[in-house]
Amino acid sequence: MEQKKLAIIATKGSLDWAYPPFILASTAAALGYETQIFFTFYGLQLLKKKLSLEVTPLGNPGMPMPMGMDKWFPVLGMTLPGMQGMMTSMMKKKMQSKGVASVEELRELCQEAEVKLIACQMTVDLFDMETSEFIDGVDYAGAAAFFEFAGESDICLYI
Amino acid sequence: MADFDQELDASGLNCPLPILRAKKTLNAMAGGQILHVIATDPGSVKDFDAFAKQTGNELMESKEDGGKFHFLIKKS
Repeated sequence: MEQKKLAIIATKGSLDWAYPPFILASTAAALGYETQIFFTFYGLQLLKKKLSLEVTPLGNPGMPMPMGMDKWFPVLGMTLPGMQGMMTSMMKKKMQSKGVASVEELRELCQEAEVKLIACQMTVDLFDMETSEFIDGVDYAGAAAFFEFAGESDICLYI
Repeated sequence: MADFDQELDASGLNCPLPILRAKKTLNAMAGGQILHVIATDPGSVKDFDAFAKQTGNELMESKEDGGKFHFLIKKS
């Protein structure tokens, strides 16, 4: 049986949205899929050596808030300085207490399982990013390179 | 529970860590050897079933005992 292929485009750079690409890629690799993730725009934040990903309740009415905070702090309260940092640290604590892996750990597991991580060269140029900010083992390429793999993939996800 | 060659305690770990740890442990085992996985994630019941079907490793046993889930996986 030919090896199945999974192609993922990761476009978001927040703590919550960092999970789907890395969870799905690492699991697919464990199931024997050949897997690539193409990181573009804000998704490039997920490739930084030092991750500083945050989560924001702003514009996200579906986010469950601890201690009924959504009742006591309406939307405007969420714009206060420090609120995003507080929500981020609460989310990280919650994840740790539930045995959810850190983004760093999942990313390492992806690399161990030979998931190919590709950074969008155009975005790197656009945002004047330095490749030295990114982890080792990342390839830099464009849309055509993505399609070379995605065109033969069994599953293709845009996240 | 039947005999096994290796044990992996994935208690307290959430998706997808039990599967990833199991896969890593199986990689270091020989064909025909049996891995016993202990997990507390209720999602792992369906996940180990799906893992076995997709990787060709045989899920010999899957049961709950005292709030923990036990899986016996025979490496193909």
